[in-house]
Amino acid sequence: MPKSKGKDVLLNPLFNNNPIALNVLGICSALAVTTKLETTVVMCLAVIVVVAASNTSVSLIRSQIPNSIRIIVQMTIIASLVIVVDQFIRAFAFTVSQQLSVFVGLIITNCIVMGQAEGFAMKNNVRLSFLDGLGNGIGYSVILLGVGILRELFGSGKLFGQTVLETTSAGGAYVPNGLMLLPPSAFFIIGLMIWALRTWKPEQVGRT
Amino acid sequence: MEHYLSLFIKSVFVENLALAFFLGMCTFLSVSKNVKTAVGLGIAVIVIQTITVPVNNLIFVYLLKEGAIGRYLGENYANLDLTFLGLISYIGVIAAMVQILEMTLDRFFPPLYNALGIFLPLITVNCAILGGTLFMVERDYNFRESVVFGFGSGFGWAIAIAALAGIREKLKYSDVPDGLKGLGITFITVGLMALAFMSFSGIQL
Repeated sequence: MPKSKGKDVLLNPLFNNNPIALNVLGICSALAVTTKLETTVVMCLAVIVVVAASNTSVSLIRSQIPNSIRIIVQMTIIASLVIVVDQFIRAFAFTVSQQLSVFVGLIITNCIVMGQAEGFAMKNNVRLSFLDGLGNGIGYSVILLGVGILRELFGSGKLFGQTVLETTSAGGAYVPNGLMLLPPSAFFIIGLMIWALRTWKPEQVGRT
Repeated sequence: MEHYLSLFIKSVFVENLALAFFLGMCTFLSVSKNVKTAVGLGIAVIVIQTITVPVNNLIFVYLLKEGAIGRYLGENYANLDLTFLGLISYIGVIAAMVQILEMTLDRFFPPLYNALGIFLPLITVNCAILGGTLFMVERDYNFRESVVFGFGSGFGWAIAIAALAGIREKLKYSDVPDGLKGLGITFITVGLMALAFMSFSGIQL
């Protein structure tokens, strides 16, 4: 049993219990960073690292944390991790960090990180917590990458800055859809993705 | 005076935290089921935002900014730049403020405390609050501007969540496809609201 439990914990957040589509967690950043695939990928990696590392560290010291100040302790751990990630991105991918602006800092308040630390890592052992963090990070990334691909492909005809659909202004046949570059389109895309996911897995209908 | 008024209008409508920057979405979507709780939460956010943004402004200007701490510690520290500690200090201030607000509400306004329930601690992790502070730092507001910006952005967020709650209450009576019920249709509603709010974006004050 223990082996399959680890697998469940890792894979469930992908579709069965997706943090964005089902639990409404961590949406803030999902919308603002998805106009370009490059920033999206950096953001996803940052979130995966932070959520896996914070889950592991919270789980390591879970029996030492007094119950009444647990939120502050978790916040401190998460904030320190985010500072490390933020400095790292600034050092090695400066242009991307400029585009992400405040949103790397906002990983601190990303409810996925906090929610998993509070809801999972406080009750489970280190290995499971790490896997759970990893799974939730990836579940978040799946949705974000989907949105990022759709927005960059249809908004400017490119993927990772490489032209895929030749736009009319460059002599091609594709008329870019300007709406895709505007922030509200992310809402429509996520809304439609949730619709698709819930049609595929009808038992999720009616929750939140 | 005019400058502050235009900053206020700008932070409420043109740069609405919820609908132009999508901050605080988690609570925005999950607490907007009825108008009453939404308004309560909106007020809590206004209060916290009006306190934390100026307080963080003071911390940034007098402690963290490059060279700021040198004034107290002497020459050796004259060029010390502590801005990398920003995130952790801001979140500390926010967490403390939320805790104080929670205790005050519990003592003096129990009905509101019960209505907000689990969502009060969640204000700590509401991106709108930290986002407000980070925007304040990025745009280099002075103390007075940060008071106005804090209040304005909190107010804008409160308006947005009250409006969404109003729409969702009416939405109960409409015939929505099964898979779209609940979260899906809410996303699309918010998208339409954001489109509507974009019409403010051309306004020059």
